[in-house]
Amino acid sequence: MAEVAEQEEKVKVPKEPLFSKKNRKLITDPLTDNNPITIQVLGICSALAITAQLKASIVMAVSVLFVLGVGNVVISLMRNIIPSKIRIIVQLIVVASLVIIVDLVLKAFAYELSKELSVFIGLIITNCIIMGRFEAFALGNGPWKSFLDGIGNAAGYGLILVIVGFFRELLGSGTLLGIPVLGDPIEKTGLYAFGYENNGFMLLSPMALIVVGLIIWVQRSRNKALIED
Amino acid sequence: MGLKQKLHKLKEKYQGTKMAPAFNAIHTFLYLPNETTQGGTHIKAADDLKRTMNIVIMALIPCLIFGMFNAGYQHHLATGEVSAVANSFFSGSFWNLDNLWLGLTKILPLMIVSYGVGLAVEFIFAVVKGHEVEEGYLVTGMLVPLIVPIDIPLWMLAVAVIFGVVIGKEVFGGTGMNVLNPALTIRAFLFFAYPTWMSGDKVWVHGAVERAQQLADGATVDAISGETILGSLAQSQPLHYSTWDMFFGFIPGSIGETSTFLILLGALFLIFTKIGSWRIMLSAVLGALVMGYIFNMVVDADVITSGSKFFGLMSLEFWQHLLIGGLAFGIVYMATDPVTAAQTNKGKWIYGFLIGFLSVMIRVFNPAYPEGVMLAILLMNVFAPTIDHFVVQGNIKKREKRLKAKTV
Repeated sequence: MAEVAEQEEKVKVPKEPLFSKKNRKLITDPLTDNNPITIQVLGICSALAITAQLKASIVMAVSVLFVLGVGNVVISLMRNIIPSKIRIIVQLIVVASLVIIVDLVLKAFAYELSKELSVFIGLIITNCIIMGRFEAFALGNGPWKSFLDGIGNAAGYGLILVIVGFFRELLGSGTLLGIPVLGDPIEKTGLYAFGYENNGFMLLSPMALIVVGLIIWVQRSRNKALIED
Repeated sequence: MGLKQKLHKLKEKYQGTKMAPAFNAIHTFLYLPNETTQGGTHIKAADDLKRTMNIVIMALIPCLIFGMFNAGYQHHLATGEVSAVANSFFSGSFWNLDNLWLGLTKILPLMIVSYGVGLAVEFIFAVVKGHEVEEGYLVTGMLVPLIVPIDIPLWMLAVAVIFGVVIGKEVFGGTGMNVLNPALTIRAFLFFAYPTWMSGDKVWVHGAVERAQQLADGATVDAISGETILGSLAQSQPLHYSTWDMFFGFIPGSIGETSTFLILLGALFLIFTKIGSWRIMLSAVLGALVMGYIFNMVVDADVITSGSKFFGLMSLEFWQHLLIGGLAFGIVYMATDPVTAAQTNKGKWIYGFLIGFLSVMIRVFNPAYPEGVMLAILLMNVFAPTIDHFVVQGNIKKREKRLKAKTV
């Protein structure tokens, strides 16, 4: 009898497959045509501050992925019981708790890196992307969709971070993930033997802004629909 | 069939295609365009963009030639092959062919790279975007070799030129639309990207790096000096150049910036031809003098004593700031860039004054960036539209008041 009842229910509400086209779009859109950094221009501060090294960019991207993915699910589960007047405070508490988890994990397992990222892990709380997704998506959608949306947006953010970090570390320090790839600047091997030198400007924050600007330029000239008036 | 006809033919052949701007540019650069305006009345003026640019280039040529001689002279002086000039502008140990030859072989490649790379970028953008190539790069390409140290590697210059032309100019829409002076953008890029090649005591004289290396290896080389005056003053070392040396330009520095005398001639030429704004030049000089004088007063009042790290530059006679470093060059050739400067007359006074004022201030307070004029001009480039806005608003308010007074 129970089985029949279940089947009847299924017939009544045709269940959306986990990775329906709509759900897939939640992940792929923020990667390209609705990228939080290049299209919505959110979360720029951290993108400028920590992308001098690829490693830091990746850790930052993963941290935001965790905070936004879990945070979106939590907010989505609570969406019907949060009084709308205090929703910002509730959201802040959720982000803060998650950020503290990230911070403690980093301190426990990657102390050097956590010192390097210093205040910027804590500042994930103020990352506009996170509050933006809570407000715009998690408060109005179910947990699974919110999860996908969170993962998608964090991945879009992380993608730009990794691209910027890649170029800044490669051209600024001649290394990738701390491993020298262009030769040794002191021993003059590899490219340095030909008189190549690291570009110190790449390590300064203004250059991160310019690199993000170049990515925006490339993206918009490939897809004219994205150009605003 | 002459070259001119061939170019006409080529131009007609490529009319309307993607490559048209490139051929048009070569054609108009070499000859008068073969098309005339059709119908209607139109304003005739002698000073089109090309003529404006050419006049600035003419004003730069004395600095360029002097820079070639000076590059050789500084090198030969450091190696002890020539004796120092004695306060006279026409000195045989300066104006000799050995000096010119060394300068020529060092500076010509810089010019070729500057023009070649810069114009290539301009041509590519013109072809891709389908607009005409503008003459804007002619002056920039000339300025760039004059504001870099002699030994800068060519590939660095090429990278910087690409950056400066693309980020400083093309992204804003090309010549006439840029916010920042492209030549200074190129220099600023070099300065922040490769600081060891752009500042310090080894880069201003050809071969100083190698000689320092030899000396460290134990060779007996005479002199390795090559510090700019600004650099040594920032370390509170005494000034060992006479005022006339500094005025005529027998000092180490970026290639074209040393001779205040020739820059002054260039300035008079630009003012006479009404290409450069005398308001900007005069107010910038005033700004530098005022700031220098304030620093002198501070020293006289014993606020800063000789132990302070600011003492060297602060105690410099206020008018000597105009003779050293790139201040004069920047004021005359770069602050007056008609695109990036303030447009209103009152705005030009404010813009120029602040350039001079900030240049000397940056020089004194930040010994790490001895060349303040570059940063001051770039900063004021950014503020120029704001200055203009307030000047225009002020004018509107004044007129409104007058109108009210009349109607009452």
